[in-house]
Amino acid sequence: MIEFRSVSKRFPDGTLAVDDFSIVIPSRQTTVFVGSSGSGKTTLLRMINRMVDPTAGQVVIDGDDVAKENPVQLRRRIGYVMQNGGLLPHRRIVDNVATVPVLRGVPRGEAREHALELLDTVGLDRSLATKYPRQLSGGQQQRVGVARALAADPNILLMDEPFGAVDPIVRLELQRELKRLQKDLDKTVVFVTHDIDEAFALADQVVIFRTGGIVAQVGTPSEVLGNPADEFVASFIGADRGQRQLHLEPRNPETGQVMVVDASGRPAGLLSDDESRASTGAASPS
Amino acid sequence: MNWLFSNFDMVVELTLNHVRLSIIPIIAGFVIAVPLGRLAATGRAARGVIITSTSLLYTIPSLPLFVILPAIIGTKVLSDTNLIVALSIYAVAIMVRAAADAFSSVSVDVKQASLAMGYSKWQQFWRVEFPLAGPVLLAGMRVVSVSTIALVSVGVLIGSENLGYLFFNGKQRGLLEEVVTGIVASLLIALVFDLVLVLLGRILLPWSRKDRTRRSADSETVSLTVTTGGAA
Repeated sequence: MIEFRSVSKRFPDGTLAVDDFSIVIPSRQTTVFVGSSGSGKTTLLRMINRMVDPTAGQVVIDGDDVAKENPVQLRRRIGYVMQNGGLLPHRRIVDNVATVPVLRGVPRGEAREHALELLDTVGLDRSLATKYPRQLSGGQQQRVGVARALAADPNILLMDEPFGAVDPIVRLELQRELKRLQKDLDKTVVFVTHDIDEAFALADQVVIFRTGGIVAQVGTPSEVLGNPADEFVASFIGADRGQRQLHLEPRNPETGQVMVVDASGRPAGLLSDDESRASTGAASPS
Repeated sequence: MNWLFSNFDMVVELTLNHVRLSIIPIIAGFVIAVPLGRLAATGRAARGVIITSTSLLYTIPSLPLFVILPAIIGTKVLSDTNLIVALSIYAVAIMVRAAADAFSSVSVDVKQASLAMGYSKWQQFWRVEFPLAGPVLLAGMRVVSVSTIALVSVGVLIGSENLGYLFFNGKQRGLLEEVVTGIVASLLIALVFDLVLVLLGRILLPWSRKDRTRRSADSETVSLTVTTGGAA
């Protein structure tokens, strides 16, 4: 469990990035911080592994204030995935994945052996192990980034817009993969994004931010979607424009197909007649 | 070629001496410039102060520097140490700017990532920043190497024995062959040093080489052009 207790952050230039932020992040669940840029979400994420120290308040992991920990040791037991992979360009893929275990003193051979297994876990071919990062595609680099974050088997995984720089198709694939991984691995995941669809797809708990690190709403995706706290949230998740409201239109009388259409008139899917129960899953665009 | 054959031993001795006098300043320049360059890359103020002051060093004319140095560092007037120290100063002057650029060229993303992984400051320098600065550092070293080898010749004026002797002696005696020998020999040294530096780069920075699998088509075109160029 990660707790933020009345955390504030004022940068030396005077900007208040986060103002009196408190939240409990439950263990073994995915919490997504979502908000536009400048909402302080990345700053908050980086307080967990002390890449940023708060100017007021505490960040507490399982009862221990992180301010009392050695930042270097703390970071070695928290996984971190960043945008653009952040891989070390001068290390081969296998050594990139083995980075943290080697820093923690695991013999290199053993760490590499484990790194190869992790490549399997994130769905990469072992033949990529001896390549350098720039020889891989953006999506592959991002998978390596995830493997590297998992290498020391951390309880906590911090993900800072990890899929922001890859194309939409690869992004969907990576999101699915992350959900699958999370089912097996049971980590406490804190995920930062500005993409509300990504947030709803991945989150057990969503935290929606306004500018300046102020929380607009906290809840499960269905709570937020079903009952947006205010105008801001409604507009942010697109509910006010009816973007998420679907209706049915009869399509083809002969086959009995019914089309599901969203508010802007775009077809979102088809309901087929032989399914007695129309599940929302069938209507979700993919 | 008569002159060369009858003076071959002297040419070899002068060449070896020239090499010795060049190597020390080149290495000293690197060792001193790397920490200064890293410091200069920390911020604009640091960069301004360090780059400006080391660049000023380069504006000191070489001959007066050779003459003043014994008074400053207490060496004998005719000692090679004067030459070596002076050349090291010039090497630092060139290399600090290159080193500052080299460390600034390391991507912020990569530095952030290594911080997040749990590298200590020291490990971050040795295992991430220093190797990633390698290609630009190497480019700087190639300039320093050539410039130092050329400057060593001036040392003849303060009694150092190196290939520069062949220029001055040859000019005084009107022996074109002697002058040409001096020029060719220093060129050869410069070429060999450059080759060694490039080879070191290949060995130490394998990741910075052109990607063979993806860009094999490109490099083939390049090598074809080179071959044609050579034939023509």
